[in-house]
Amino acid sequence: MNQPTGTRSTVTLDPRQAEPAPDPLTLPRLLPGDADPGLEAHFARLGPMPGGSPWVIDEVDAAGLRGRGGGGFPTAAKMRAVAGARQCVVVANGTEGEPTSSKDKALLAGSPHLVLDGISIAAETVGASEAILCVDRAASAAIRAVEAAVAERRQVFADRVPVRIETTPSRYVAGEESALVHFLNGGDARPVFVPPRPFERGVRRRPTLVNNVETFAHLALIARFGADWFRSLGTDADPGTALVTVSGAVARPGVYEVPMGIALGEVLRVAGGHGNAQAVLAGGYAGRWIPGAAVAALPLDPTSLKRVGATFGCGAVAVLGAESCGLAETARVAWWMSGESAGQCGPCVHGLPAIAGALDALVAGDRGRKAERQVRRWLEMVEGRGACHHPDGVAGFVRSALDVFAAEIEHHRRHGPCRPSAGVLPTGRSAGGWR
Amino acid sequence: MAVTRRRLVVDPIACDGHGICAELLPEVIRRDDWGYPIIDPEPVAFGLEGLAKRAVAACPKLALALRDAPVTHGRGGSSSPRPPARPAARTATAGRAGKARRLS
Repeated sequence: MNQPTGTRSTVTLDPRQAEPAPDPLTLPRLLPGDADPGLEAHFARLGPMPGGSPWVIDEVDAAGLRGRGGGGFPTAAKMRAVAGARQCVVVANGTEGEPTSSKDKALLAGSPHLVLDGISIAAETVGASEAILCVDRAASAAIRAVEAAVAERRQVFADRVPVRIETTPSRYVAGEESALVHFLNGGDARPVFVPPRPFERGVRRRPTLVNNVETFAHLALIARFGADWFRSLGTDADPGTALVTVSGAVARPGVYEVPMGIALGEVLRVAGGHGNAQAVLAGGYAGRWIPGAAVAALPLDPTSLKRVGATFGCGAVAVLGAESCGLAETARVAWWMSGESAGQCGPCVHGLPAIAGALDALVAGDRGRKAERQVRRWLEMVEGRGACHHPDGVAGFVRSALDVFAAEIEHHRRHGPCRPSAGVLPTGRSAGGWR
Repeated sequence: MAVTRRRLVVDPIACDGHGICAELLPEVIRRDDWGYPIIDPEPVAFGLEGLAKRAVAACPKLALALRDAPVTHGRGGSSSPRPPARPAARTATAGRAGKARRLS
């Protein structure tokens, strides 16, 4: 239906510098724009790929790199947990099931060799015997790019640990760590009840390092230019740059590379926002609504967003224009998220449709305050009760909607449903199978 | 000296909401609106350990387990392992929970 993809721009945004220079020490770090994605151009831009070594983990640690898939866990700690284990496995997670995010697909399509460098360096560093790059099977441009890149690398030189590409089912929870490992082991791409965690026993029961593809891209640059270079952009608490996907009520939706801590209002301005955002959904459908009035000066980084009760997640920013109904949007997405449940845990299977149904009642203005109390009770009831975080994500998202759109709820209660939802938030993909 | 307190943990994938556990141990387990168990996260009180073991044994889906603290229940979502601290949570029931986890 209305995927945020299509004619997307991939732009780089540096408040200190008007135009991107070819010097790798400035932005863009990850996405060189329209540059040739081939191996020769890649090495010409960034220099040769360094080998893996224990130094890499220390440097990643000093750089303060955290996972870019949404979890935000320190990357060096994850690497140390598997380093030295016999025949461990490295998995690069590019599944990106979040409909409001397309930065992983853009990165894989635009800088496949940077991601492959990162996988290669990490695999060598932790002594892995196997490396797997996972991409959503619907992401055809990304798949084409990484397949071409892997073939090119095989001709020119050999990565010490060759990378295998696996395409994954287009399901929201398929990229959850345990679901991905279960899929790679021949099972369904559905979460399992942990422990053991992948770093203890993952792919083929071996210790497995699972990182988001953007994390590997940053790692490839840190291994080249060092921790101090990485920290030259971003904040102390959240160093470096991030890929963010801006969608919704902006003139230029797309993937932008920004320094961590940039004002959210600045990001919206560059993406062609009109400055009249009613609200912004940060972190995707497991994220939180932020009222439009709070957006302008809010620094976009995990620490600052957490401080206001929001989440950075995978860096997705969806803008709700003044003409849209946030309540109706939330109800529609809640139904979609309920359909994206893996269908395994009772509270998720029964709770999410109940929550979505009660949101429908709020949209219709049917049961007034009672419906809101009911939703809040169910949000509490599903939280922390799944094998994965899917119900928790929905609970946080819906609760933020109840808070941010409180006036809207009251309006619906008094005057009934408003104009039909324009469908700003994408929910296009239909639920498919798990293999 | 060190007495290990244990907590009840449910495998939410294996659990079918039979509710036998809540009937045996209402002090620790209540049921949500759909019949699935909501378990008190505190360690099981000494006087209730016997009943807790009975509840574990009575679960028809082998979804209930007593685990040494700290509990890692229900937090499988994000990529957040706890690297250095290798888990205490490998009890006699872990194998059974593992079997019950089998999908489809």
